[in-house]
Amino acid sequence: MRSDALRAYFRSMSAIVWKDLAAEFRSRELFSAMFVFALLVILIFNFSLQLDPRARQEITAGVLWVTFAFAGTLGLNRSMAIEKDRSCLDGLLLAPVDRSTIYFGKAIGNLVFMLVVEAVILPVYSLLYNVNLFNPGLLLVILLGSIGYVAVGTLLATMAVQTRTRDILLPILLFPLILPVLLSAVRASAGFLQGRAMAEIWPSINLLVVYDLIFIALAFMFFEYVVEE
Amino acid sequence: MIAVKRLVKRFGHKTVLRGLDFQAEAGEFVALLGPNGAGKTTFLRVLASLSAPTFGEVRIAGYRLPGQSAEVRRRLGVVLHEPLLYGDLTAEENLKFYGRMYGLPDLPDRIAATLDLVGLRGRSRDLVRTYSRGMQQRLSIGRAVIHDPEVILFDEPYTGLDQDAADMLDSVLTAISAQGKTIVMTSHDLARASTLAARFDVISRGVIAATGLRSDLGPERLLGFYREAVGAV
Amino acid sequence: MEPKSNALKILDWTAAALLVVATYLVFFYAPKELVMGNVQRVFYFHVATGWVGFLAFFLTVATGTLVIKDGRGNPRPWLIAGWTGLVVGFLAQGMYRSMDLDIMSWVSILAAMIGLYALVLGYGMRKGRDFQYWDIHSVSLVELGLVFSFINIASGAVWARPIWNTWWTWDPRLVTATIMELIYVAYLMLRAGIDNPVRRARFGAVYAILGFVTVPITFFSIRIWRSIHPVVFGAQNPGAEVDAGMTTGSMYFTFFFALFTFTVLFVDLYLNRIRLGKFAEEVEQLKMKSMI
Repeated sequence: MRSDALRAYFRSMSAIVWKDLAAEFRSRELFSAMFVFALLVILIFNFSLQLDPRARQEITAGVLWVTFAFAGTLGLNRSMAIEKDRSCLDGLLLAPVDRSTIYFGKAIGNLVFMLVVEAVILPVYSLLYNVNLFNPGLLLVILLGSIGYVAVGTLLATMAVQTRTRDILLPILLFPLILPVLLSAVRASAGFLQGRAMAEIWPSINLLVVYDLIFIALAFMFFEYVVEE
Repeated sequence: MIAVKRLVKRFGHKTVLRGLDFQAEAGEFVALLGPNGAGKTTFLRVLASLSAPTFGEVRIAGYRLPGQSAEVRRRLGVVLHEPLLYGDLTAEENLKFYGRMYGLPDLPDRIAATLDLVGLRGRSRDLVRTYSRGMQQRLSIGRAVIHDPEVILFDEPYTGLDQDAADMLDSVLTAISAQGKTIVMTSHDLARASTLAARFDVISRGVIAATGLRSDLGPERLLGFYREAVGAV
Repeated sequence: MEPKSNALKILDWTAAALLVVATYLVFFYAPKELVMGNVQRVFYFHVATGWVGFLAFFLTVATGTLVIKDGRGNPRPWLIAGWTGLVVGFLAQGMYRSMDLDIMSWVSILAAMIGLYALVLGYGMRKGRDFQYWDIHSVSLVELGLVFSFINIASGAVWARPIWNTWWTWDPRLVTATIMELIYVAYLMLRAGIDNPVRRARFGAVYAILGFVTVPITFFSIRIWRSIHPVVFGAQNPGAEVDAGMTTGSMYFTFFFALFTFTVLFVDLYLNRIRLGKFAEEVEQLKMKSMI
């Protein structure tokens, strides 16, 4: 009986992920917007920060994470707006599934979009600036950072789309809460890129893991109160 | 099938439903009539488990809301004003998605049967975005009945439909009703409601102000009955 | 509209009198600090406002929980947990002082915080009020927290100008305090965008709780850089270059007196703000009635 319930849980969760990916695969609206926006941010950084070879070493990690964070809000807003605009969220709530299924379904979908954008941006950045970014440590940090970002972001975007000021509200709600993720991710990424000792990098990675766990748990607890009336 | 006792719904200081009592037997087709702002949609959303009652008792198919909402939801189909469909998915994919959310067995067969019921077999592989309002509405009904619910709720299903689409909707509703489902439909269109529903309940200022059977009233006396009920509270 | 109760009036005057006395103590009773000079006197109010601001934000976690639970629940386990937490915190503080166990300092703070949270929750549930009542509490706490934290940050800048030779540095505590301020500004903006009172209360509660939980994480993530912020008592942190210069008994007395004063002031303003919130509710209710 318990394993049945568990199977049902994963089935409805994967249905939501499948639905988001299928719709996105067809329209590519969200992905193309995030990707083009990310590219523009990188180009703007190039000229505003004078990314000469020496400076690049220092701030590549920062540029990357700011880019991901900005592009991420675009994706989060869009992903929840799809549910809200035609009241599809009501459709999800009508299904006989636990509310956290909806949260995890949406969050995993958002995480996939985020990782795909990052997977495209990284080689482009490497190409443009001739920096090697294919570092397993860096990839791990990107995964951990994105998980934390999406865990909080999905919950806050669900709240933001239900307000009058939704588009401008998400970054204002999200960035102060996501600051620890960005700081630790930047430090850990920079550590890996500059080949620092692991002892220097571990604290940041630990912090990312702790943050991810705490916020997945909190979002799991609170999501129901954010969607129900 | 549906039993509501002394239902109160408040939004902060605004009380929308003020101790509403409502009953519907299995297989009954009830039209909820009433002016705008009377609480029709709010009541329907409470029945749909989308909005929690502030006070009062709501039972559907013997299960309590909001305590046993999962059991209720399994037995409930809801058609809201918005179609609750994803524009970037095809009709088939939309039904597949909702079918999986309900954990339905033999999904392909059910999808085919549902598409036949709402007359969209021919366009099942088109994106829902490209559908007319009427087609979306029909697919939305398909979405609501795919899990074979005992109770189906409709919120103003005729709004925004042209004559042909409305007639088509009539035939779909008649077909569903003939299957013995319990149906509750809100409407402010008396003419449409009068051809389908067997019972009319008038909501006014958050309570059921009057209830009448079609067999007693007949289409000619319905308007008088409605006016009297709305004026009475 | 009910008139202000006598107890609250007395509290108003007590808070005002205490503030006058505290100001006197800070400027005339406490001696001039040797290294920093007169500017060190900023500390008395700086720390007191910081403490009160933090307390206010912390309490929103408890009132927010009550909003989410609609004020319902069984208070007993919370009350037991609350008192246990406070006792454990007290014992741990003793162990920290007598045995020099650093970890006990953290244990005592954590236990006291959990205890306070559980107590507010337990006594709150006993009151049997609904989410709207606790929502007024949450907003009042956030507003007061914002004001006191702002005074805290501003007075810190005044102190930093002569001592650190700059109004602002990117020190962990400074940045964390500022981020905390921004979180609760975002809280008010979130509320301003929602018309449905149920949703406004719930979203506010969820955001206030999430916001408070990030504060320590933000602090640690910034502290990976080196801190130059002074430690107020007994500088043990090797990273800190200066301490707050609390050396003599009269300084300690003034310090704790200021702490006490601001706590009383906070309670007084809090009660007044809740009273105001209730009037606002009444006005809303009257408006609703007149519309029908």
